[in-house]
Amino acid sequence: MMDKSAAELISITKSYGQSIAVDDITLRIPGTSYTCLLGPSGCGKSSTLRMIAGHETVTRGDILLGGKNITDLPPAGRGTAMMFQNYALFPHLSVADNVAFSLKMKGVEKSARHVEAMKLLELVDMVGFAARLPAQLSGGQQQRVALARALITNPSILLLDEPLSALDPFLRLRMRSELKRLQRELGISFIHVTHSQDEALSLADQVIVMNKGRIEQVGSAQDVFNKPQTQFVAQFMGGHNVMRDGQSYLAIRADKVQISKTSSKDGAGLSAVVREIEYLGTTFSVGLDEADATQASSPISVTISDALFSQEPLEIGQTVFLNWKPGDTHRLAS
Amino acid sequence: MSSKRSISNDLTGWLMASPLALVLALFLVLPIAMIVVVSFWGATEFSIYPAFKLDNYQFLFGSAVTYSVFLKTFMFTLISWALCLAIGFTVAYFLAFHIRTQTWQIVLFLVCTVPFLTSNIIRMISWVPFLGRNGIANQTLISMGIIDEPLEWLLFSDFAVVLAFVHLYTLFMVVPIFNTMMRIDKSLLEAARDAGATGFQTLTNVILPLTKPGIMIGSIFVVTLVMGDFITVRFMSGSQSANVGRLISNDVALLRYPSAAATSVVLLITVLIVIGIMLRFVNIRKEL
Repeated sequence: MMDKSAAELISITKSYGQSIAVDDITLRIPGTSYTCLLGPSGCGKSSTLRMIAGHETVTRGDILLGGKNITDLPPAGRGTAMMFQNYALFPHLSVADNVAFSLKMKGVEKSARHVEAMKLLELVDMVGFAARLPAQLSGGQQQRVALARALITNPSILLLDEPLSALDPFLRLRMRSELKRLQRELGISFIHVTHSQDEALSLADQVIVMNKGRIEQVGSAQDVFNKPQTQFVAQFMGGHNVMRDGQSYLAIRADKVQISKTSSKDGAGLSAVVREIEYLGTTFSVGLDEADATQASSPISVTISDALFSQEPLEIGQTVFLNWKPGDTHRLAS
Repeated sequence: MSSKRSISNDLTGWLMASPLALVLALFLVLPIAMIVVVSFWGATEFSIYPAFKLDNYQFLFGSAVTYSVFLKTFMFTLISWALCLAIGFTVAYFLAFHIRTQTWQIVLFLVCTVPFLTSNIIRMISWVPFLGRNGIANQTLISMGIIDEPLEWLLFSDFAVVLAFVHLYTLFMVVPIFNTMMRIDKSLLEAARDAGATGFQTLTNVILPLTKPGIMIGSIFVVTLVMGDFITVRFMSGSQSANVGRLISNDVALLRYPSAAATSVVLLITVLIVIGIMLRFVNIRKEL
């Protein structure tokens, strides 16, 4: 039997009049997995999520969930649940009533649905707030309630639309690990839309990088970060330098580039001028321009540990030489 | 130093509040105070004289006419309010949730306000040729074979009064309800749908509760306007029906100012009580 929480998108297209938001995407989402849809704003990731949720009609293509075609089912009949970006809690209902909302719609009796709601509130550690109104909660607490409200429907797939973007950085890290814990404990699939590389890398079993309505790359977090297939992925994931090599492009991670103040004996190495130096705590990020820059060359960024930097401090305007091991470069599809 | 500043702060505060206070005192408090004072005065056939008598109130509360007229006023208010609410809510709902683009929302909203380019009275009178015995409505119904002879109750009847009220005041219901509905986050409707709510369930469980403040503001408009009206009732009922407003206007026409003042005071208190009761149900403060 097929895993209930496995999903498949088959040649999904979404167009609004002339403009195409999602362009012929085919995708497999394994059961019991954490998938991140990653991309810049307007790349079609939210539209894709909303099509899976049933809040957006599919122009062409099919969506399967657990082997069942759900393309034309209403949102509540699909086995999906959605957590909205701004949480979309009902402002006039208490936390418990918000969580129990879907049960109320099904006609479950009040006491029974409150018992069920309390179970979910326990799961997200919000039992003490059951009687409050959403306006009386902090952003993080609202998110937990929204999570409980989505999970009470027993979904096979939970869809999260930029769930962490409204939180402050500290809370974001905490909720991030909590989302991952929940996904493991519940044994269902999470599909999480985000524009943050960190979020995708730290959470996802499978990262799907999207751009302009198409999928650029699908793979594990390490794959996507270490072996970007396209120039877009290399640049969007960050931490990479993309350099021209004849007709094609090479990518090299910023922390794999060495800076030396003198050119090596064999004369190899790219000479560059230090443009900016940023202290990032454990590392320094050095921005450089190629010394004999052509129009095609882009700025280079190098990451060095703070220990290394303090041994050999750099100054802005200084000319240095860049070296890397050939094995660290990675050819990109053009 | 700091006390000096706080004095000047105090003064600024008072100065900033004074224009509005002055306007309200002059045009609201003073006239009402005058009415209250005059309501205790006495009147002869040709003059009124200062006094402190309860005669006007005694007469008012002793007369069976007062009670039936107040009852009629409440009846007009209740029916007009219910119809205004039903129509107003539907129109606002349509504008807020079924019209996708803001441009069309604005255009259609302005269309709703077009009747307000003419005066109340003209809008009222324009019903006469439509509803009259040989009016368009009757002729159409007869030619369609639905009725054999003209309907007498179309014009100069309670029906006509309520019709005119609804026509005149529905917009006062549409505007605040539309306003509140526009502030409802659309993702709430999606969240409801995601939780399996049908369209009707979303309406009763999400939209209606969140629109309550708007409904209440609109209701206050309609209730006060209908309860205080006299001209609509006179025109549309053909002087066959009476409400409190007409009671007052008759008194004024007969120069019985103290009696008119007493009726006004009672009406004012009645309206305030009604609004007080309504405000008990819904907190409109966050809308203001």
